[in-house]
Amino acid sequence: MRWISPAALTRRGMLNMNRRNVDYIARYNDRSAYPLVDNKLKTKLVAEEYDVATPALRQVVSQQHQISHFRERVADLNGFAIKPAKGSGGKGILVITRREDDSFIKASGAAVSLRHLERHLSNILAGLYSLGGSPDVAIVEDLIQCSSALTDYSFQGVPDIRIIVFRGYPVMAMLRLATRASDGKANLHQGAIGVGIDIATGRSLNAVQFNRPVKTHPDTGLALEHIHIEDWHTMLVMASRCYEATGLGYMGADLVLDQNSGPTLLELNARPGLAIQMANGKGLLPRLKYIESLKRTHLTPEARVEYAMSIFSHTGNLSAPQQTGYRKPAFA
Amino acid sequence: MKSRYPFYIAIALLIFTGVGIATLRHFELGIPWLSGEERPVWLVEARVDFRASGDPVLVSLNLPDDPPGFHVLSEQAASPGYGFSIVDDQGDRRGEWSIREANGPQTLYYKAQFIPDPDAQPRPPEQPPEPDTVYWEEPQATAAHEVLALAAAKSSTPESMTRELIKLIRSTDPDQNTALLLAGHDDVDVLVKLLNYADIPARVSEGVKLEDARRRQPLRPFLEIYDGDHWLTFNPQTGEQGLPDNVLLWSRNTQSLLDVMGGSQSVVSFAMLRQTVPALQLARAESMENGLGFLSLYQLPIEEQSMFRMLLLLPLGAMVVAFMRVIVGIRTSGTFMPVLIAVAFLQTSLGPGLVTFITVVALGLLLRGYLSNLNLLLVSRIATLIILVIFMCTAISIVGYQMGFNTGMTVTFFPMVILAWTIERMSILWEEEGPHEVFVQGGGSLLVAILAYLVMSLPIAGHLTFNFPELHLIILAVILLMGQYTGYKLSELRRFHPMQEYD
Repeated sequence: MRWISPAALTRRGMLNMNRRNVDYIARYNDRSAYPLVDNKLKTKLVAEEYDVATPALRQVVSQQHQISHFRERVADLNGFAIKPAKGSGGKGILVITRREDDSFIKASGAAVSLRHLERHLSNILAGLYSLGGSPDVAIVEDLIQCSSALTDYSFQGVPDIRIIVFRGYPVMAMLRLATRASDGKANLHQGAIGVGIDIATGRSLNAVQFNRPVKTHPDTGLALEHIHIEDWHTMLVMASRCYEATGLGYMGADLVLDQNSGPTLLELNARPGLAIQMANGKGLLPRLKYIESLKRTHLTPEARVEYAMSIFSHTGNLSAPQQTGYRKPAFA
Repeated sequence: MKSRYPFYIAIALLIFTGVGIATLRHFELGIPWLSGEERPVWLVEARVDFRASGDPVLVSLNLPDDPPGFHVLSEQAASPGYGFSIVDDQGDRRGEWSIREANGPQTLYYKAQFIPDPDAQPRPPEQPPEPDTVYWEEPQATAAHEVLALAAAKSSTPESMTRELIKLIRSTDPDQNTALLLAGHDDVDVLVKLLNYADIPARVSEGVKLEDARRRQPLRPFLEIYDGDHWLTFNPQTGEQGLPDNVLLWSRNTQSLLDVMGGSQSVVSFAMLRQTVPALQLARAESMENGLGFLSLYQLPIEEQSMFRMLLLLPLGAMVVAFMRVIVGIRTSGTFMPVLIAVAFLQTSLGPGLVTFITVVALGLLLRGYLSNLNLLLVSRIATLIILVIFMCTAISIVGYQMGFNTGMTVTFFPMVILAWTIERMSILWEEEGPHEVFVQGGGSLLVAILAYLVMSLPIAGHLTFNFPELHLIILAVILLMGQYTGYKLSELRRFHPMQEYD
């Protein structure tokens, strides 16, 4: 068993769970805004208002009797994703990539029957995957056609990009790649790979799997060192716009790069995890404190992204804010 | 950032109030800090013997009322066929036995338990007593004047006057004045008469000397004088002021110790025994009378008391859960499920409780595996699980009983709905995250439950939480403080250790 001393963690500015809950989530996230992010359907609607692209909505199943019509309504869809509106941590998401005769092929390649899908929908409605077990609705969305540049890196599942947005400023980002161990899911604690992404450039930094540093993808064998995210600036701006859309001061935005429509928002998270720090090899605290110390914040998402890209470079150290009228942060 | 000072002041206030009330109650009510403490109690029995003459009988015995240095814990009278009541006759507390007809030798008993308490003082008299008017005939009047003058010359206060008088009366070589006064009279009576004659209110009280396992003890006279505020006690033999610790003043301010109507040859004698009584029992018996007594739970019916005994342990379990999750960082399935399991363990004891819990959950997981194939709605699935859990518990009870294990029956103490939900959660966890996560969370829950059980089953924990409910304010303060902890959890020190490679 290996341990690290609390002093060493403090020196690296590691944000811990208690502090995240008390000092950031409780302080900057208004409870009334939670339904916006905890319900994917509401997220979708509010995101559209702020010009943030989301996967096209095909169907909403909100009543048990609607399940019997599910088959007809997906008849013309080749691939689709079924999601519980109030699901968390990727639970209950079923991705169908194509169909063969009467059976549906999952992302993992396994074939499932229509009965299985109907049972899944019924479970979603009963609240099996929702927070607190409350009744839920199922949404059926278009399948994401992942940008070819990134698809190769991921085993089966769609690679997504998690960006932590603090008071509208993107402060840290990582690319999440599914592996065989994570069963095609992009959840780090299930074994997905997290690749830190430099806010300033959109280039990959370190990569971790199960909290251990890795150099190559264990399933695809591709080196993880020189990944470059296309449309990086647009992506950051979209993530930043979610601040205006939801009013949440501290959140995680999960985006994907769609082949056709470019950066697309998958979901928002009001309680983003801490593993992103491991993928970046950097603690969040100095950046959060830096943003907190700004006397007046930038008004537009574009300005915030410009500012964040200029100061949160992986190589450079945080220095005093350049603009006049800004107070010099105590820790810089 | 909001100032945290009001918060910390509130925390300090909570702790201060908790400790303060507990200490106050400890000293005022005598509730012991530890459960095993014992206190001495004197059981004193007054025995009245007399010969009845076949007529209606009324026996009236003076009873102790607020004896200095003692509390009356309980009292009772034993006397076959007699009616008994306690009457208050102008400040004179008396026990009265009565019977329509009695013949031959009769024995009546009165028993009382006394708790020594050095602080117990009788209430001061409402009106200051007046000295009795005393008439002497010549030549005693002259002699009394002489004696008093002699004593007064050597004294300044009523107390010193009393001491001087006792010295003169008790003198081995009395002068002729004292000899004249004492002729044919009891020393103590003469003293009382002399003191009253000197305008000092005085009276004779009778006390019994407490010695373990003594029988047939008589009452001894003590001299009491009034100094303007209190009655002061003197030993009429030695002149020593104050009452010895082991003397219980039985009768004070009374005309007679015993009156018997319808009988003759009456005698009172005393027997005594030193007992020990748990200090807690004393505190409970006394809590009724005390001003702070209303804060305790002793007045509630016994059934509610035992329920509160259990309820008041819960905050302790909640504190353990908060500690394990906030500071240590152990993952549990369901936030406070471990506390409920720990409460069940308290009823079943740990070993059998663990076995039944694991059996029920394991069997439940097997059955749940089948249920998931049935494609049921969530609510009916949980309802089915609850029924299955009850079936399993019934089966365990019956099989256990038939095999001779009574412990099997304690399974009923487990909260069935919580068990059903635990099984459901574990089962979903198994399907989604694999067995590893089930063991991590299940093991974490059990570990926390066992720790909570160990803390809650400490005798001192049960004693303090029930007898000093105000200590929960401190638990509350600790939990609030933990809610402010923003440092690293123990588990994070391990989780983040790969960060050592980055600088």
